[in-house]
Amino acid sequence: MTQAVPAVVAESLTRVFGDFVAVDRVSFEVATGEIFGFLGPNGAGKTTTIKMLAGLLLPSSGRGSVAGFDIATQSDEIKRNIGYMSQLFSLYGDLTVAENIAFFSGMYSLPRLRRAERRDWALEVAGLAGQADRITRDLPLGFKQRLALGCAVLHEPSVLFLDEPTSGVDPLSRRRFWELIDTLTEAGTTVFVSTHYMEEAEYCDRLALMNRGKLIALDTPARLRANVREPLLELQTNDGPKTVEALRDLPGVLEAAMFGRAVHVAVTDRTRAERSIRSRLTERGLLLQSLQEVAPSLEDTFVAEVRAAGGAPVD
Amino acid sequence: MAFDVFRLLAIARKELLQLRRDVRSLILAFLLPLLLLALFGYAISWDVSDIRTAVLDQDRSATSRAFVDAYRASGYFSVRQDLERSSEIDALLTRGSVQMVLVIPPDFSERLGANRPVAVQALVDGSDANTATIALAYARAITRDYALETQLQGRLLQPPITTDSRVWYNEELLSRNMIVPGLIAVIMMIVAAMLTSLTIAREWERGTMEQLAATPVTRSEVVLGKLLPYVVIGLIDVVMCAVLGVWLFDVPLRGSVLLLMTLSTAYIIGSLGLGIFISAAARSQLLATQLAMLTTFLPAFLLSGFMYAIDVLPKGLQMVTYLVPARYFLVVTRGIFLKGVGADVLRVQGLLMIAFAIIGIALAIHFFRKELRT
Amino acid sequence: MNDVSGICVRELTRRFGDTVAVDALSFDVHRGELFGIVGPDGAGKTTTLRMLAGVLRPSAGDASLAGVSVVANPEGVKQTIAYMSQRFGLYADLTVMENLDFYADLYRVPKAERAARVERLFEFSNLGPFKDRLAGKLSGGMKQKLGLSCALVHQPQILLLDEPTFGVDPISRRDLWLIVHDMVAQGVTVVVSTAYMDEAERFDRVALLYHGRLLALDTPTALSKALHGVVLVVELADARAAQRLLRDHPRVIRAVLFGDQLHVVVASAHEAPTIEAELRAANLPPHRIKAMPATMEDVFIERMSEAA
Repeated sequence: MTQAVPAVVAESLTRVFGDFVAVDRVSFEVATGEIFGFLGPNGAGKTTTIKMLAGLLLPSSGRGSVAGFDIATQSDEIKRNIGYMSQLFSLYGDLTVAENIAFFSGMYSLPRLRRAERRDWALEVAGLAGQADRITRDLPLGFKQRLALGCAVLHEPSVLFLDEPTSGVDPLSRRRFWELIDTLTEAGTTVFVSTHYMEEAEYCDRLALMNRGKLIALDTPARLRANVREPLLELQTNDGPKTVEALRDLPGVLEAAMFGRAVHVAVTDRTRAERSIRSRLTERGLLLQSLQEVAPSLEDTFVAEVRAAGGAPVD
Repeated sequence: MAFDVFRLLAIARKELLQLRRDVRSLILAFLLPLLLLALFGYAISWDVSDIRTAVLDQDRSATSRAFVDAYRASGYFSVRQDLERSSEIDALLTRGSVQMVLVIPPDFSERLGANRPVAVQALVDGSDANTATIALAYARAITRDYALETQLQGRLLQPPITTDSRVWYNEELLSRNMIVPGLIAVIMMIVAAMLTSLTIAREWERGTMEQLAATPVTRSEVVLGKLLPYVVIGLIDVVMCAVLGVWLFDVPLRGSVLLLMTLSTAYIIGSLGLGIFISAAARSQLLATQLAMLTTFLPAFLLSGFMYAIDVLPKGLQMVTYLVPARYFLVVTRGIFLKGVGADVLRVQGLLMIAFAIIGIALAIHFFRKELRT
Repeated sequence: MNDVSGICVRELTRRFGDTVAVDALSFDVHRGELFGIVGPDGAGKTTTLRMLAGVLRPSAGDASLAGVSVVANPEGVKQTIAYMSQRFGLYADLTVMENLDFYADLYRVPKAERAARVERLFEFSNLGPFKDRLAGKLSGGMKQKLGLSCALVHQPQILLLDEPTFGVDPISRRDLWLIVHDMVAQGVTVVVSTAYMDEAERFDRVALLYHGRLLALDTPTALSKALHGVVLVVELADARAAQRLLRDHPRVIRAVLFGDQLHVVVASAHEAPTIEAELRAANLPPHRIKAMPATMEDVFIERMSEAA
């Protein structure tokens, strides 16, 4: 079910800083109520893209709209209708939890009558009920994250931008955080989240893979993984690094890398590859303990997409 | 923990490479001294000339005109206006269009011709006390000379006694001659404190200090290695200022260049050590830069004898100047430039400079920690 | 306990004011081991590594690396270890080669051997073509590889890496791990800290750290087996709805989304039919239910909850 107006639209969004192209002609659409993920390493352009969409940074070229408002000309309206949680903290460490909530209520011009209700809600979702008078900087990271999220949606925006929200947070808090996101999307909020944690990307409805400013793939996590056509073999040998070294330049091998203790090898053709792999390993005196085909992880997918987009980002 | 010269040199080499590529530090190191030299050499001078003058000549005779010409000819006064009425004086002085008004009484030539004393009025704008005092002094001198001549032209009862004064070492009393040697001391302090606080700050902020801390390099090696390029820079600055001082400003250099360079090196090392000590002891780099300004630049500027002679300072401050290294270095530079004295005379100052260098380094090494604080 | 090229940590503690960042940690790292310290931000990973590297003084306790105590003789061990801090230890205004030369000088690497070592490092890191580029102009992944190369140029016996792959692109991450594995193969003891649970599977042994305390220490396999309960992977059409349904179920310890899969932690595999029935009753028929080994994340969450 698609709405008439997608929640977020980006058309050839570009942003340059001097002669550095941070975001290079990125285009996509996000439907209402979707959890849309932006996956890529540091420096890929995720934060810059989010800032452009949130009305904090003007694009160098291209267009975009959020909740129907144009990002270049209607940034004020956008700010009123979105929630934004930045990578660096937006909470004031030296204020109490209640004071922070009050501050953001004021920032979003929450009607007085709603403030108490929203404050209680924020305390609830952050797991801080009854702790409204704690100094924010003393809270563990996981609680701060959820509180920051609560503060970002006090005004019940239709679109929520999250820039690396769970960086460094313990797994339990991260899961709770994502449950919270889930609750919000059930209620119709569109969530736009950026992350460099491959595993977190699994929570998203659709994923955009970004590298070096470019959008290199866009699909559901399952289809992205399925798109990787090249078979992936998992090898157990007696010497992982030497195996990688031995297989890297073997014809038919696209990629060889350590994965845990095993070696993952992406090949063009399974049967042929198996044969040449076995003979190469014997040549080099390496012992092959097991070989099987496995499903690619998101990391394998990312690497494959980068390869497809034109090779490794050399520098 | 052995002291290793090669590690020290590695640090020094790295600093040099970074310096070459750091425009801000290069400007501070070389452009700033040049600017200061130009500023103090050309633009600021305590010599007074071209004092704007107006004349109310109520006599309007050949004699009175000759008198006014004497002022013009002196070169110190620039006679701009001829006034008609005394009511104009107030407005001119208040507005500041002129700094002095000369009032010649109507019976000037008559009284002079009759060998009777005559008083000429010089009204000076006192809001600039410095200029006022000097202007008056000049005026008195010119008047006296003129009177002397007039007396000699006429018949004298007694030739007046003249005093012949000469100023030693700075014959023309050019403030420049005082300034350039003093400026060297001030520039050294600025360069030392500013640059060293920047280099330490940068390492902490960028996280490279933590990395250095994990290597076998010792504190002394880091401090001394970082100092080395800046000592070279400091010496280049000294040479630069000396050369420009002599060449552009005709400041005499009468003493030994070797002695100048040696004592300058000690002074620079001490200043650099002080800079590092400050940035190591201060909790934040913002604080370090401010402290550096307060404790090195300002005293060097105000309390070393550069801006104000030490004797004109209040007693309390005079006591403080004994703690200001620049004070002693100023004696060295002025001595070598203007007086041409040698190590024998500058013995005390020389030893103090060396002591300063040792104390500076010791403080720097002692307070500098490569490990993380808190 | 084997002292040579191993690490002994005894009651290592570090306080910052009232906060205890590292709380009486004790563990051993064997020679030639690939040892992981895993935990979220604030767990004390960086503080622990800094103390081991002699860059931060412990408040209490001690650690010895290759037999040298960091409390008694912090400088003594620095020639034989290498530490790569989380923030780059690189000079952005020096070139790749200048950075390498600087660290080689600091460690007095003999000039004769330098060329060969740098060549080998370049082979793994692919930094060769960029040796004259300013380090500040490299991508994040390349910076990390350069940082690692600088740490390795003096061939340390012990390597301490603080979150070396944080935010790094997957390709550079693989190169980094290749270098690490190569070091281990050569007998170097390597300690790596990370917040990435999936990297935890790589280590010989893993120490799970939380709030400055050790939650668990063992091989990944043993930790996984020790989990109370079993992880069932459920594949079905609407994973989210299934998760909402099951997460408060009395027989379910935890139910977590993994894309279009649901990971359900139950007491034993016998619970599988119950779960399936539950799902079918709610009109959410699963395609498949399979038991699988617990991941490090499952282990961490369990230990965390127990410690609370």
